[in-house]
Amino acid sequence: MPRVLIVGASLGGLRAAEALRDAGFHGAISSVGAEAHPPYNRPPLSKDVLLGNATSDGVLAELAFPRKARLGEIDWRLGMSVAAVDLAQGEARLADGSRIHFDALIVATGLRPRRLQLTGATADRFVLRTLPDALALRARLVPGARIAIIGGGFIGCEVAASARRRGCATTVIEPLIVPMQRALGQEFGAAMQALHEAAGIRFRTGRQVTGFEVDVSDRLHAVRLDDDSLVEADLAVEAVGSQPNTEWLAGNGFDLDDGILCDHRMAAIGHDRVAAVGDVARFPCLLFDDVPRRVEHWSIPGLTARRAAGHVARQLGVAVPDAPFAPLPTFWSDQLGLRIQCAGLPGLADRVGLLSGSLGPDSMRRDGAVMGYWRKDRQVGVAAIGVAPQRFINFQADLVRALQNCSL
Amino acid sequence: MKICVDLEKCQSHGQCAIAAPELFSFDAEGKLRWVKEPPVEQQATAEAAADACPEQAITIGT
Repeated sequence: MPRVLIVGASLGGLRAAEALRDAGFHGAISSVGAEAHPPYNRPPLSKDVLLGNATSDGVLAELAFPRKARLGEIDWRLGMSVAAVDLAQGEARLADGSRIHFDALIVATGLRPRRLQLTGATADRFVLRTLPDALALRARLVPGARIAIIGGGFIGCEVAASARRRGCATTVIEPLIVPMQRALGQEFGAAMQALHEAAGIRFRTGRQVTGFEVDVSDRLHAVRLDDDSLVEADLAVEAVGSQPNTEWLAGNGFDLDDGILCDHRMAAIGHDRVAAVGDVARFPCLLFDDVPRRVEHWSIPGLTARRAAGHVARQLGVAVPDAPFAPLPTFWSDQLGLRIQCAGLPGLADRVGLLSGSLGPDSMRRDGAVMGYWRKDRQVGVAAIGVAPQRFINFQADLVRALQNCSL
Repeated sequence: MKICVDLEKCQSHGQCAIAAPELFSFDAEGKLRWVKEPPVEQQATAEAAADACPEQAITIGT
């Protein structure tokens, strides 16, 4: 009986296992995941979990993905990482030294937070990716605590909003001109910064962190910036992006430059019996162009899992009908009681313009605002703040039509 | 087949209405409407909507 090994047991790995069964694969599935918990939903970690008081078990009861009956038997190996794979032998070596033989491999190991290459303040520096990360950070979000959030992307801004609501003195440090600039552009980022500032969150933009100032016990008292100024802080959150977990794939001839390079079938280049899903995969989104990119949005694991599983099942002799594959990246963020919704790849744009509303804080809260993003004369994205779902669905449908009507 | 939506969990992201517009939509007041007992042929569509829900508020039962 053929065996598919899925490495990574979060959303992407789980959806890949489900999709293998849906595709008609009845062979063995082994699922190896470094985290001790069964697959759970991560987006609430920076919001509901930081704002709540549930225990680890309580959070998991809320956030664990339901186990679907049609998954059938799966050989789960949780709390275990893969040390290395040997594709020529079709064998994976696990961290405990045991081995799993496989006929096909699905890579779903995702990302880990990038860390600043600075020393000191070990006990006061936090990241946010996993449930234990969130619970450790939450324990320090007490009223009056001074928190420096390094990185003003979505995670950084969501953590800032949560920390402020818990009564922390909150400062966001961001090297670009405004927060969320890379994802939403300067106009929208500036509007969001104004909202955060109105809630009492301070910003130091255009600044990098150069050091952690500590006392004799290595406890943090300030973060040093590149203009030599200090931001007083009892704790720091490093929200400076992520890096793909691909080290275990080394030595097999993969292109691991930034995630694992895949083709339009989600098959790893050079290895037809290896596919990848989620944010560890660098693949072409043909709605936009043929440039392979990693996409770090929640919607991507589900969409790519179906594609990858279909390809793998076909390689193992299952007749799987070919389905169209044109995944549209979508994402959302909840900050300060406002919903940000986004579709497409606004980061590709060379021109930005308002489609509806205006960007003043009061008018955004009252009527919402919608921004369009264009590359050359072709729309590549849409983002909205404070807009009702049906209205955003209509803007998203317009975007899909615009993308489909343009040839590459 | 039955579709249940936990409206305590639902945060009106609208991903279900994008994944399965024939089963989920919003009314004029922005409230979620859905087909409570669709025919079994729409099982896969309903599952896709449940999977796409960021809050995992949708469950499919028999």
